[in-house]
Amino acid sequence: MAGVAVSTTINGDAVEYLCQPDETLLEVLRDRLGLTGAKEGCGTGDCGACSVIVDGRLVCSCLVLGAEAEGRKVETIEGMAHGDQLHPLQQKFLEHAALQCGVCTPGFLIAAKDLLEKNPSPTEEEIRFGLAGNLCRCTGYDKIVRAVQDAANVMKGA
Amino acid sequence: MRYIRPLSIEDAVGELAKAVGPAAILAGGSDLLVRMKGGFIEPELIVDIKRIGGLADIKETADGFRIGAAVPCAVLGENKAVRKAWPGVVEAANLIGSKQVQGRCTITGNLCNASPAADSVPALVAAGAKAVVAGPSGKRTIAVETVPTGPGRTSLAKGEIIEAILLDKRPEHAGDAYLRFIPRTEMDIAVVSAGVNLTLDDHGAIKTARVALGAAAPTVLLVEEAGQVLVGSKLDEATLERLAKICSGACRPIDDKRGTIEFRRKVAGVLAQRAAAIAYKRAGGK
Amino acid sequence: MNFDPRFSGRQFASVGTRPIRPDGIDKVTGRARYGADFNMAGQLVGRVLRSPHAHAVIKSIDTSKAEKLAGVKAVITAKDLPDLTDGDAAMYDILDNCMARKKALYDGHAVAAVAAIDARIARQALKLIEVEYEVLPHVTDVDEAAHHHAPLINDQVFTEGLEEKPAKPSNVTKRTQFGHGDVHKGFAEADFVVERSFKTEQTHQGYIEPHACVASVNADGTADLWVCTQGHFVYRQHCAQLLGLEASKLRVTSSEIGGGFGGKTHVWAEPVALALSRKAGRPVKLVMTRDEVFRASGPTSATSIDVKIGAKKDGTITAAEATLRYSSGPYAGSWAEIGAMTAFACYKLENVKTVGYEVLVNRPKTAAYRAPSAPMAAFAVESAVDELAKELGMDAVDFRIKNAAQEGTRASYGPVYGPIGIGPTLEAVKHHPHMKAPLKANQGRGMACGFWFNFGGQTCTDLNIGMDGSVSLAVGTVDVGGSRASLSLVAAEELGIDYSHVKAIVADTSSLGYNDMTDGSRGTFSSSMATISAARNAIKILRERAAQTWDIPVEDVHWEKGHAIAKGEKYGNLSPLSLKEIAAASGKTGGPIAGHSELVADGAGVSFATHICDVEVDPETGSTRVIRYTVVQDAGKAVHPTYVEGQYQGGAAQGIGWALNEEYIYGKDGRLQNAGFLDYRIPVCSDLPMIDTQILEIPNPNHPYGVRGVGETSIVPPLAAIANAVSNAVGVRMTHIPMSPPRILAALDAEREG
Repeated sequence: MAGVAVSTTINGDAVEYLCQPDETLLEVLRDRLGLTGAKEGCGTGDCGACSVIVDGRLVCSCLVLGAEAEGRKVETIEGMAHGDQLHPLQQKFLEHAALQCGVCTPGFLIAAKDLLEKNPSPTEEEIRFGLAGNLCRCTGYDKIVRAVQDAANVMKGA
Repeated sequence: MRYIRPLSIEDAVGELAKAVGPAAILAGGSDLLVRMKGGFIEPELIVDIKRIGGLADIKETADGFRIGAAVPCAVLGENKAVRKAWPGVVEAANLIGSKQVQGRCTITGNLCNASPAADSVPALVAAGAKAVVAGPSGKRTIAVETVPTGPGRTSLAKGEIIEAILLDKRPEHAGDAYLRFIPRTEMDIAVVSAGVNLTLDDHGAIKTARVALGAAAPTVLLVEEAGQVLVGSKLDEATLERLAKICSGACRPIDDKRGTIEFRRKVAGVLAQRAAAIAYKRAGGK
Repeated sequence: MNFDPRFSGRQFASVGTRPIRPDGIDKVTGRARYGADFNMAGQLVGRVLRSPHAHAVIKSIDTSKAEKLAGVKAVITAKDLPDLTDGDAAMYDILDNCMARKKALYDGHAVAAVAAIDARIARQALKLIEVEYEVLPHVTDVDEAAHHHAPLINDQVFTEGLEEKPAKPSNVTKRTQFGHGDVHKGFAEADFVVERSFKTEQTHQGYIEPHACVASVNADGTADLWVCTQGHFVYRQHCAQLLGLEASKLRVTSSEIGGGFGGKTHVWAEPVALALSRKAGRPVKLVMTRDEVFRASGPTSATSIDVKIGAKKDGTITAAEATLRYSSGPYAGSWAEIGAMTAFACYKLENVKTVGYEVLVNRPKTAAYRAPSAPMAAFAVESAVDELAKELGMDAVDFRIKNAAQEGTRASYGPVYGPIGIGPTLEAVKHHPHMKAPLKANQGRGMACGFWFNFGGQTCTDLNIGMDGSVSLAVGTVDVGGSRASLSLVAAEELGIDYSHVKAIVADTSSLGYNDMTDGSRGTFSSSMATISAARNAIKILRERAAQTWDIPVEDVHWEKGHAIAKGEKYGNLSPLSLKEIAAASGKTGGPIAGHSELVADGAGVSFATHICDVEVDPETGSTRVIRYTVVQDAGKAVHPTYVEGQYQGGAAQGIGWALNEEYIYGKDGRLQNAGFLDYRIPVCSDLPMIDTQILEIPNPNHPYGVRGVGETSIVPPLAAIANAVSNAVGVRMTHIPMSPPRILAALDAEREG
């Protein structure tokens, strides 16, 4: 198996790595780069716990090959806060207790960030359908939806 | 295993044609990577077609639209012109998987994966869409319904790639719609589905109609009789009854983890009726 | 510990507030480390080979080819996990479940495992292991398995609990019975009797984080295990026993846990990872795939339940009877027993009888799932109660209020209740605005009640006061849903300091005494008891130090609002000493200040909930949507109300999934057809409405603050609440869970043709 050399940008930093042709971006992030914020809940694109943004598109990193990241811009949960300054979504998830076990939280935050960037004033229904690709088994989604609504209001006011 | 990223369709076709072991085409990867993960396929060669010129573009031509094979469904959904002309096709494409999957999956991949439950395929078949095939012996254009030949099987020969899907320009008074049944509101594979494409005459009567059903047989079904029964009507109740009956009768479904034979038969008729009503309204019918 | 029961008038400063949880920031920034997020130097990748057969004799396993593959460092089979269980049948079952010894008993049963330098080589190695099976007839349905013609899963099993020892072996491992009075007499007095049979399919806890661990065994017999678990002390005991290690030499650290719901209370992969590490001489990381999680971990019982309830015209229930058959997987369990205990726990009954049968099937070993066994029993009973109310022409809520258990009622499973919340939840539901919300065509409203015992158990906690006056709280109950926040509140409350000065952690097994696992809704209940006790022990020392500083008798020093106060006119000139001041001086007054507590948290108060649910059913497709949902539940005292609401909402959501779509689907070949989140359909965000909650506080007299466990009860009522709502929406009584669209459509069609 021939390794593939990849140059890419992750959370604004230039990164180079060598990966196997069948290695997923999720495996590269977690096992090669130590970015374990993205989680593997299923490995088949059904749970959204590994959500990242590639060139402005929300994707499951388990359904992207590491090799495909060549020349792309990848955003992960580790890049969501600016230094000490949490993203409003991160802050609102804390305030609303929109997490219990927290394992789905990085994926939800990335998906919600993508949602609000594309639609700054979503209705409850738009939030629910927009986040339908992210499974949460703890919260019943109620507090997640409220946190996203609150964050949207804060971000519009900012 | 090798991963390559050709820049021209000729290079891609050439690499695929000379591949010794199993080769896989990678566009969005939302089916391919799942199959690789499950160990169902171990390709010797992965050909990533996303950087081939033109394959990631949607072009509006004199005849209609040319949707490149590497256009993600999310991009298709953001294209106002396609959405206006073919709302049924676009809503079908946008039903595949989650937002995350939308950022990757393509209608060409959905077609080539050859699942009888593929969401975009009944809508494309109803729309009379065509596929542009590039291969070692040149290019050909074929009707989309001739691509899948059975679950997971296609009519494409070794070395062939679908490079684009073509949709016709729309006349006045035309509309299409696609509906599927899933147990949840998102994230499921269609238990059964229906795509309907209509044009109306100046009096609001149906002039042409195509009806296609998904997850109702080993491949997506184009139910010609169902289209015929709609022609000439204004979608009165009796016509809708006949439509449902014909669609239910045309089904050759199976019992599986997603639904029963009885359920699929019955709901195929229900969905065809509901999709026809939406398409009729979109075409301007009252 | 003897607590002051006069808590009810108590004013709280911290308890009952809603601060941000201490572990929150790590979880929103991706820094929190879960089971699979930990790595060790030289670590190998472990993978497990699983049986594709539901029932087969393992005739031979040839691992020689796998062992020769470059990069493979260890291959193990049952031979590498010799039987050290010494006649302990339950431990033997755990061992056999971790690695099949003679027979593979379900699709997914582990038969061998490898450790290799990377995942690709490990996967390849699995393909090189040759297992020769002799496939046997199998049975996966609970009713078929209980039949005397069914293939026998274990020919050494003879039904326990019968009057005479049976002559023939059976898949029914045990019969249990509960109740009092005379049901024959009671039914004879009834004017109306409802008798129905119900079935529920098997579900999985569905936690998003797959089981994951890193095991490292050293040549000197010491070992480390990093693992996502609900109970690292219990995992230590089990792993030590199965591997022949001394418990104190196996340090188990619980990672952050990505959901458990009862499913991470049992060892599966951990003994295998330890055995691989021991053989390879290197650390081994073993992470289950989602497919393995479904095929080989969890799930709950599938059930078949008969219910009979009779009542007089005035609405008094005269007799209630239920027979409950629960699948336990291929090993003996006590799941029907729990179902039989909970079935009628909400009601005041003179004549009641419940009988449980535990049934072996060729499915994964049943594991606890949030109030295990109770939701199925409640589904059957609460459906029948609704029907009986209809026959009587009584309102469903009023009928339940009339028959609800009260303080002093003898529970159907034996004990006499203290102060309980069933009546108050019903009264709250009766007056809830939800009951007046308008309904449209094809919509219906249902309600149902639920009960759960709750559990206390062994608990050990350390509270250390730093020299800067901040407090480290080390608990041994894994935090599955925010308990570090609630326990920090309790420590702050007791010490009289601000929440922000307390930092709670979950300590590893070498740092703290034994703790039972976080199950039975005990995390906050029991660890708060231990935290209060530890804090009071620390306060005793703080008072002593103040007394020493002031040179007065310790009896004259009181503790108020975070300060030592000298009580008495003669001490008028002594200004209070703050915790911070006493802590700062501790180096000179006798050394570090800490409070410890070791206790058995007795007296977990029973818990009741009543749920209201509105659904809309599409009569042409059988599709059901939950459009409005309300949970009313007694919390005793809500320590952190936001996380209490979270427990209510989460349990309701899991119950909704169970009621409508979740089920294990087996093929005729005994193989699981839907081992993934695509076709095992847990609710997604767009499936659910907001879930309204109402917290009632009927204090638990056995807890110093009145706390009851809150985690589990909320999954008990939804199955029945939704079934009752569907019945009220479209007029069909659904007796089979899940009420998937094909089942509802078939029932509607049968009714229409009827």
